[in-house]
Amino acid sequence: MPASFPQYVTEAITGPMPDPPGVKLRKEGLKAKHPVVFVPGIVTGGLELWEGHQCADGLFRKRLWGGAFGEVYRRPLCWVEHMSLDNETGLDPPGIRVRPVCGLVAADYFAPGYFVWAVLIANLARIGYEEKTMYMASYDWRLSFQNTEVRDQTLSRIKSNIELMVATNGGNKAVIIPHSMGALYFLHFMKWVEAPAPMGGGGGPDWCAKHIKAVMNIGGPFLGVPKAVSGLFSAEAKDIAVARAIAPGVLDKDLFGFQTMQHIMRMSRTWDSTMSMIPKGGATIWGDLDWSPEEEYVPSKRKQKNADTQKASQDGLESNISQIKRTNYGRIISFGKDVAEALSSDIERIDFRDAVKGQSVANTSCRDVWTEYHDMGFGGIKAVAEYKVYTAGSILDLLHFVAPKMMERGSAHFSYGIADDLDNPKYQHYKYWSNPLETKLPNAPEMEIFSLYGVGIPTERSYVYKLSPSAECAIPFQIDSSADEQYEDSCLKGGVYTVDGDETVPVLSSGFMCAKGWRGKTRFNPSGSQMFIREYDHSPPTNLLEGRGTQSGAHVDIMGNFALIEDIMRVAAGATGEELGGDQVYSDIFKWSEKIHLQL
Amino acid sequence: MASILRFRKLCYVEPVKFQFFQPQNFDKKEETVATGAKTSLENNEKRNKRQPKERSCVNSCCCVIGYMCTTWWLLLVLYHCLPAAFPGFQVPESPGTRLKREGLTALHPVVLVPGIVTGGLELWEGKPCAEGLFRKRLWGGSFTEVLKRPLCLLEHLALHNETGLDPPGIRLRAVSGLVAADYFAPGYFVWAVLIENLAKIGYEGKNMHMAAYDWRLSFQNTEIRDQTLSRLKSQIELMYVTNGYKKVVVVPHSMGVIYFLHFLKWVETPPPMGGGGGPGWCAKHIKSIMNIGPVFLGVPKAVSNLFSAEAKDMASIRAMDPGVSGFRDSQTSSLGACHAEGYACDLSKKRYLQASAGDKDTNGSDVKMDFHVKESNKYGRIISFGKETLQLPSSQLPSVDTKEFLGTRTNRNTNSSCGGEVWTEYDEMCRETIRKIAENKPYTARTALDLLRFVAPKMMQRVDSHLSYGIADNLDDPKYARYKHWSNPLETKLPDAPDIEIYCSYGVGIPTERSYVYKLSPNDRCRSIPFRIDSSVDGDEDSCLSGGVHLTDGDETVPVISAGFMCAKGWRGRTRFNPSGIATFIREYRHKPPASLLEGRGLQSGAHVDIMGNFALIEDVLRVAAGATGAEIGGDRVHSDIFRMSDRINLRL
Repeated sequence: MPASFPQYVTEAITGPMPDPPGVKLRKEGLKAKHPVVFVPGIVTGGLELWEGHQCADGLFRKRLWGGAFGEVYRRPLCWVEHMSLDNETGLDPPGIRVRPVCGLVAADYFAPGYFVWAVLIANLARIGYEEKTMYMASYDWRLSFQNTEVRDQTLSRIKSNIELMVATNGGNKAVIIPHSMGALYFLHFMKWVEAPAPMGGGGGPDWCAKHIKAVMNIGGPFLGVPKAVSGLFSAEAKDIAVARAIAPGVLDKDLFGFQTMQHIMRMSRTWDSTMSMIPKGGATIWGDLDWSPEEEYVPSKRKQKNADTQKASQDGLESNISQIKRTNYGRIISFGKDVAEALSSDIERIDFRDAVKGQSVANTSCRDVWTEYHDMGFGGIKAVAEYKVYTAGSILDLLHFVAPKMMERGSAHFSYGIADDLDNPKYQHYKYWSNPLETKLPNAPEMEIFSLYGVGIPTERSYVYKLSPSAECAIPFQIDSSADEQYEDSCLKGGVYTVDGDETVPVLSSGFMCAKGWRGKTRFNPSGSQMFIREYDHSPPTNLLEGRGTQSGAHVDIMGNFALIEDIMRVAAGATGEELGGDQVYSDIFKWSEKIHLQL
Repeated sequence: MASILRFRKLCYVEPVKFQFFQPQNFDKKEETVATGAKTSLENNEKRNKRQPKERSCVNSCCCVIGYMCTTWWLLLVLYHCLPAAFPGFQVPESPGTRLKREGLTALHPVVLVPGIVTGGLELWEGKPCAEGLFRKRLWGGSFTEVLKRPLCLLEHLALHNETGLDPPGIRLRAVSGLVAADYFAPGYFVWAVLIENLAKIGYEGKNMHMAAYDWRLSFQNTEIRDQTLSRLKSQIELMYVTNGYKKVVVVPHSMGVIYFLHFLKWVETPPPMGGGGGPGWCAKHIKSIMNIGPVFLGVPKAVSNLFSAEAKDMASIRAMDPGVSGFRDSQTSSLGACHAEGYACDLSKKRYLQASAGDKDTNGSDVKMDFHVKESNKYGRIISFGKETLQLPSSQLPSVDTKEFLGTRTNRNTNSSCGGEVWTEYDEMCRETIRKIAENKPYTARTALDLLRFVAPKMMQRVDSHLSYGIADNLDDPKYARYKHWSNPLETKLPDAPDIEIYCSYGVGIPTERSYVYKLSPNDRCRSIPFRIDSSVDGDEDSCLSGGVHLTDGDETVPVISAGFMCAKGWRGRTRFNPSGIATFIREYRHKPPASLLEGRGLQSGAHVDIMGNFALIEDVLRVAAGATGAEIGGDRVHSDIFRMSDRINLRL
């Protein structure tokens, strides 16, 4: 474990480490000023058991999620049973209560040695922060956002805690730091807190203006992530893969016998929150069959840009490449590589929506790993495959087709469209609150919104699928990992088209709202809150001893990025976005945003 | 699985208990270990003689390793098999499971207020010696760090000697959340059993709150530094609202009781000094207060602790974690820590409260409430020098003249040789004054206060500004609006909330320290504390005097009179301390030591901390939390003489 090397060993090999930002800023004289609220994302928050079935005896108040994952090895089936939610209500199954851990420990380390918030907390503590000025707004990330309030009153708690912290810190407004899905959760919170009491928190129309100084979203997937689709569609999402990477073996294939993927799929499909990250905005944002905002993206482009001497010739080369190769990112799922590359006029599609699903395939033998796929017969599966290409718009129909029950729950809590008229009274329903394209920001002109994210890592954007060969109990679709491009610089690797991003969230999703959707006074941002984009270029750790690196731009590792931490601390100590230096952009986010025609 | 866990706890805790009861055997133990080692060495030598030397060396090495592995393995196997192999031993059903079957469900939110010592403290900013301990527990937990760098720990635990707040460059804060005090050390539960049982009837994070606070600080300072009282207020209000406007059941333990008493006054006092909740706040938000092992009137132990760092509390910590303070000069340095800490002050407060009530009886007559009486014990004389003094009638004693020698303490003698490291205020006193103190013989509760002022003037100065130990003559006197009186039940009125119920739940049937016989320590070195308990003084068999300590009925820490008096008399009915007539109930639990080793710390224990695992107590708490009133759970439940004792106390009500 690189983390466990004592510092002097590391320094002897790699030379002196730079001062951590906490020490540096303390020397500059920065002091704790604004209270800080952390909103953790999906997966990283710990969950503990409060009531369980017989098989979970002795695990009372032990972590089921997060920590060492020891129980997963010992009793995998029991674990899956306890982590799943009820398939119909999306709440606790009878007799099981799994609750979020509370306090800073909830998400400081995800697994031993794998920090999430710990580095940021440690640095904030150096300039005088402590428990009374820091608050971890942990919530049960499996639930849909409104259900966290229904079941645990989590939103009320966050409201009360922010009020308390603002009051006890001499009226200094809070700085909110959501990470990953926490950004959506907090968006939901800001609408909830100002909505009138039965559905909302009844804080009145100026609650946010009174209590919030800045919202610093770290890697916020405002417009969803394509990964969520592959996760829901075939349980191959990297989010699960991330967990697998963190604790190798946790979710290994042999853990549950042959049916790992099915178990995981069944479990993760009961988690409503995963549906909050399905791409939003449909074809307008994500592109359609022939068009997508990032279509001219070439992965190696930024490297070339650095080499100034060759610039001119490179530019020519670049345009050449992009003319030859325009990746159809808009086709989020295509069946077969040829389909992914063909001209749209050449693709024959047969509509699947009315297809008969046919007889159930193998109900009897697969009972304990039942997923909704088993309700579908060969007919249905074939129909799905014959539609060939799915864009962000038709993805929803696809999911409705293959998992009707899940989507029924999901559509009661989330919405993925673009609002034509934001004043329409229907948008007061909570299911629209976490979609930035269907809500207005609160009326708080002094509030600043930051979008902080890493760039420079290939990020999943669209997929090439195939039918899986064996039918018995298996998930009928899988990513065609044999689909590869011939030459090196391609965006297609192992059946996945990648684009610039932080490994999980494409730049488009984390940056678009701040770059265009909310910038200035738009209909989504009527009061004109200020927006700032801060990108952090990824540079991998130079050697093993550096652990996860202090300049990383990866989705979770960015929490240890010194530049990011410094920005956050300066804001917490009172700086404004202008004083930080305004926008800091490495990617083509502004160019891509221009291409999106969204009425503002 | 549960039984395995219990057994594990037991293994852990049992040696602790053993030492807990015989702290003075500590040194002897080491001796026996040493002799044991010697004999084994001799054995080895004998064996060596029999065999050629080179072979034996390797052989014995392998042997030892082999033995160790085998034993370890065997123990492991046994450990896993044992519980299954005891068919006769069945863990009785926990109250939570039973009451759940009866149909009880979570109704009122519950607030737990931990006592002194049991709450964990973690480091937020420290000196270089504590590097790498950021957000690690310095107090509570496994104390591993303490073993590694004890002096560093003491430095960080100590508060500033004058302000009673953080020393510069050190920030030690209370752990928050339920983990703050569920287990004090691994396997040594405090709140964990209660929490587990509450969870069985449906409690969870949203309707259960641990009001952790930094127990080293004086109560008002917790608000000034950490805004702990404001947090508690906001949490109670939040839980009240989010749980469908159900009032809160508060369960304070030990010192938490007076902390919560302080909170009750604070919350209704207007803002600059108080929480500004308005006069109806308590009535609106609180259903009942279930005090466990309350120390309303203080504990005599605190006096001896401050005086010579010898109280059994220390001993119990030492026993719990052998080595925590178990090295040569730890007594001195731990006293140093005590003096510098508010923790000591808080203890002292309690004790003084005790003092205030106790003084009254002693002055009236030398006969006090004697429990299993043979001779009349002079409990009122909290500290005496020598056994004879203790037993003399009061007329033959030299009069108490502490004030007289207040003047003589000017010349210091030992300061230079001791260095700054283990400085305690004793070093400022010269030998003669110490002798004078000893000549002065017995100290009652009131004069003990003077004594402490004399030996530790700085500490008492801080204490005086935050706490008060008297009895109020006129509660409407505006001076009682000051916060230093808020935590003394004899100087405050309960809030105007006739619907609240107050319970005093505590264990009885364990001999508890009530007064001490002291002697001067023999050696003159600067590192020693000049006074210690004279452990050679023993009474006859059956007497309450053993090892220099007079014992009375109680829960091992708190005497019955301190725990029960307010509920039995001071607040019962409409008195001047309780103007709105809040109902009070006494729930006593007779101590029954665990029947066998397997029971761990006992399901019917009455000891001060172990009572938190007492099934009868837990059942009461659960029933009240699920909505029962005091009358419904059976009203008073008394085993001791508390009512008779209370009657003897002449306190104007």
